[in-house]
Amino acid sequence: MSPRLGQTPSQTVGPYVSMAFPREGDNVLPVPDGGERIVITGVVYDGDRNHIEDAVIETWQANPYGRYNHPDDTREEVPLDPTWTGFARAMTDFETGAYRIETVKPGRVPDLEGDFQAPHIAVIVQGRGMLNPVFTRIYFSDEEEANADDLVLRQVPEARRHTLIAQLEPGSDPKTYRFDIRFQGDDETVFFDF
Amino acid sequence: MSEPIVRHYGPKAYSDHPPFKYPDYKSTIKRSPTHDPIKVVATLTETTGPGPAWAEITPEDADLTTNAGTGSPAIGERIIVTGRVLDENGNGVPDTIVEVWQANACGRYVHWRETAFPAPLDPNFIGVGQCKTDAEGNYRFLTIKPGAYPWGNHPNAWRPPHIHFSILGPALVTRLVTQMYFEGDPLLFQDPMYNSVPPHARERLVARYDHDVTEENWALGWRFDIVLRGPNGNVEEMEEE
Ligand SMILES: [Fe+2]
Repeated sequence: MSPRLGQTPSQTVGPYVSMAFPREGDNVLPVPDGGERIVITGVVYDGDRNHIEDAVIETWQANPYGRYNHPDDTREEVPLDPTWTGFARAMTDFETGAYRIETVKPGRVPDLEGDFQAPHIAVIVQGRGMLNPVFTRIYFSDEEEANADDLVLRQVPEARRHTLIAQLEPGSDPKTYRFDIRFQGDDETVFFDF
Repeated sequence: MSEPIVRHYGPKAYSDHPPFKYPDYKSTIKRSPTHDPIKVVATLTETTGPGPAWAEITPEDADLTTNAGTGSPAIGERIIVTGRVLDENGNGVPDTIVEVWQANACGRYVHWRETAFPAPLDPNFIGVGQCKTDAEGNYRFLTIKPGAYPWGNHPNAWRPPHIHFSILGPALVTRLVTQMYFEGDPLLFQDPMYNSVPPHARERLVARYDHDVTEENWALGWRFDIVLRGPNGNVEEMEEE
């Protein structure tokens, strides 16, 4: 059956979105049972490698045991602390273009082939000058083995995969991963159409 | 071990949405990807998303005429904006968060960014609201009709009055941010954001005046429905014992 209704077209969040969100604390998720605090930070760049001063970063992820807080994740045997939402929002800094999200490393969630995906965080980027959201994924530099088998990463041309790997900063405490997002250029970030 | 439900969503209808790069809207030129997005089948990550538990919302959050909390009402033409959040199959999307932000009656936002537009602020208006859809997908805001405001995109550029809408929907793939315009507005013709939408789909961004929504001695009514990507056919459970 073909859909009866046409999708509402996307529009930009514009320059004033920060009056609406993020709200205080939206970029800091609580550390749930079994979790280890990590920080994700990076800079969002435009096609001239100028920082984007007004981008909204939204992240969605599983808890440390690899379960989503969503009614479709029906796996009752996988622990889920109900205070875990898995959703964070941050805005890039006006002066530096940097964002920062405090979260925990997600566990592995099922893929579509009866196996498990590498730990990853889904990311939506929006901003002034973006008429549509872009979707990307954060993988982790210290998960090489899992990354090599990941269903989604395997579909990305090898030369571009590095744009999806957040780099662990040596000696950082809490563990801090660097994940820049580049809209254009030789190392343009890979964006997905799911 | 049990398996989660992975719903199949219909694709994003690119022909109904703006392109990433639309040079008439200048900021898109350097802020659009040059590669096409890589098409990947959605996994549990993308068919789930933040639910209503994510944000606590009170009924007061849906009344922008008073939610500044000053005890005095905002100035401007009081309007009701209501409609349904639907999926492509025509089913209401229940319990999803709708967030809005807008300029005041004079076309001024409550924001620290500098503007050369000498329009006054209203101390009784913050221009931000939230609500949750009911079981049938209905939402409703009471607000002030926003004013038009100038911007620097092209000579004598004016944004038509609009309200920014953000909807989470049930999954990551249903995420939508859009803008609602007003039927009959004379500024639409020169607005590159509105015109970035393919002509056949533009009217989906335009709220219709609805006298049945209008309340006597109180507020004028506007209706604006929103359609998100929807589950495509049957729900398939991943079977593996
Ligand atoms: Fe606006």
